[in-house]
Amino acid sequence: MASTLHNEDLVGMLCEMIKARIASDRLWSLQRQGRIGTIAPINGQEATVVGASWALDPDHDWVLPQYREPMGLGRYGPEILHRFAAWAIGHPQGGHIPEPLRVFPPQISLATQILHAVGLAWALKLRKEPGVALTFFGDGSSSEGDFYEAGNLAGVLEVPVIFLCSNNQWAISTPTSRQTAAAGFAAKAEAFGIPGVTVDGNDPLAVFEVVGAARDRALAGKGATLIEAVNYRLGAHTTADDPTRYVPADALAAAKERDPLIVFRRQLEDRGIWDQAMQTGAERAGERAIDDAWAWASNLPLHQTDLFDHVFATPTLRQQQQRNGLIEYLQGTP
Amino acid sequence: MSDQTASEAQTASGTLRNEETLTMVSAINQTLMAEMHRDERVMVFGEDVALSGGVFRATEGLLDEFGHERVVDMPLAEAAILGAAAGLAAGGMIPVPEIQFLGFSYQAMHQLAGQIARFRYRTQGRFSMGITIRVPFGGGVRTPELHSDSLEGQLANIAGLKIVTPATAADAKGLLTEAIRDPDPVVFLEPLRGYRGIKGPVPIGEHRVPFGKARWASPGDDVTIIAWSYQVEVAVRVSRQFAEQGISVGVLDLRSLVPLDIASIVAAVERTGRVVIVEEAVPTGGFAAEIMATINEHAFYSLEAPPIRVSGFDTPYPVGMFEDTYVPDVRRIEAAVNKLINAAP
Repeated sequence: MASTLHNEDLVGMLCEMIKARIASDRLWSLQRQGRIGTIAPINGQEATVVGASWALDPDHDWVLPQYREPMGLGRYGPEILHRFAAWAIGHPQGGHIPEPLRVFPPQISLATQILHAVGLAWALKLRKEPGVALTFFGDGSSSEGDFYEAGNLAGVLEVPVIFLCSNNQWAISTPTSRQTAAAGFAAKAEAFGIPGVTVDGNDPLAVFEVVGAARDRALAGKGATLIEAVNYRLGAHTTADDPTRYVPADALAAAKERDPLIVFRRQLEDRGIWDQAMQTGAERAGERAIDDAWAWASNLPLHQTDLFDHVFATPTLRQQQQRNGLIEYLQGTP
Repeated sequence: MSDQTASEAQTASGTLRNEETLTMVSAINQTLMAEMHRDERVMVFGEDVALSGGVFRATEGLLDEFGHERVVDMPLAEAAILGAAAGLAAGGMIPVPEIQFLGFSYQAMHQLAGQIARFRYRTQGRFSMGITIRVPFGGGVRTPELHSDSLEGQLANIAGLKIVTPATAADAKGLLTEAIRDPDPVVFLEPLRGYRGIKGPVPIGEHRVPFGKARWASPGDDVTIIAWSYQVEVAVRVSRQFAEQGISVGVLDLRSLVPLDIASIVAAVERTGRVVIVEEAVPTGGFAAEIMATINEHAFYSLEAPPIRVSGFDTPYPVGMFEDTYVPDVRRIEAAVNKLINAAP
């Protein structure tokens, strides 16, 4: 599969990885300024997300992320980052990723999205649509019941789904040794009757290759694949977390040596397809992307009475009464 | 189904009516059949729904008619049933999953309350969850634990779900048709005792009953009993007994709890001033309490006596030897009606 990648793909992947890192750092800083709510940085997982996205066909394949990955889904278009910035601000439109983009909004209730991916893949199969559903989740999510129910169901139904476990070694403060006694997370595929693959999640080309193979398999009607992409969370779990309390300094230092942005850049430089000028250009493009997203998101109009929109297709009488009551209250007339 | 008496039933006067007499389970079965014929996106899945036709036979015959792609026996995992339903709905299907008993829904509550109920809201309309979750519930048939729980109050406290509670075979058809065609998630609660214990005329052909429109199961001027699902049947028996004494007891069948027909509740209070609310559930924080709050907000000055709840008790749903004490019956409802009649205005 990797042989089908051209130089411009490799350059494009590194550009997206840089963009994701810059967006993540900017959102961190916006949170520290009190301008957005809690945010989970992507730092350290860019290669996993970008490598996987490069193996997908945005016109046909779905992505169901957890809450870090949207920053790395530039392959699906700039709209994803725009909506993510709105989501971070707490604007309702942040959860609305418009048609025809085949991306779900961030998922907070861990592992629930794995079952949605199975259902969605099932719909693709029933409707004979070409395409797969890829879902991201973490090492911590693999302890949830929904992970096992989803893996089992996908095995039985043989649906075109890809389970991508981004093992960043930490579930907030809980290390992988406290999540499982299994020999790695891919080993769990055995019980589902599907293939399980472990891949270096710091290498976007390796991730591209295994996701591409899983996709080929799914499109050939052979069903699901579980992929464990091993990477390392280089930052905090979220803006509300202090990893210095539990992440060993030497382990973090070693992980920083393997920072996918550094390693992949070096690879492209060795191939002679990347230089300092391109690095500077990619960083500027990344800054522009998050600037644009932030400008879009922070200028979205909002009315407090929008609170009631989209609970149901048609509001209930009681919701209408509550909305009217809120309007009266906000207008200061009893 | 075997208990279908006629495709074109004849009335006593000899005229042909466009009705047939069905049990509630047959009405449900026929409706599923009809809706699956109408729209090929409709699919039925759950535990034991295909090969065996469901533990209550509500899905009998569907597998033969529509095949394994659209009638699916699922692995025994409630969260998987509802989580997959969410993905199917997002992918353009019309899922009609079955949870085998309402007490088992606890094992899928994170998918129901945390996901299905909020998907339209979270995505501001991008993904609608046109899912009809059929679930048997309610007591009276000596089940093992967690097979008889009435959790409608808990479900009504989840914004984003419609809660529908048919009490007749005709309404089972009309409301289930409406549920399957509704673009939002509907929890369709089917009374265990009513599957074969409720039987009545059902319109042949297309029959829809809108949500949020209550029905007078029996009209009355002295006292109103507000009920839903199987307790409507019990309340009607109470009404008949009082009628023999010349006391007019009306029974208002809510049909759906969300959306709630507030206007009919208010009209009932204005008409009788005296109200009994019947539920099989735990009373604290329950749906009868919600109706009381609604009456207080909208019809307080029409009350002639404090409303009375006839409910289960604040205990877990009990084992079989306590069941007849726990579940509201004719005598407990009668006692409540008598108390209201004797209350000083």
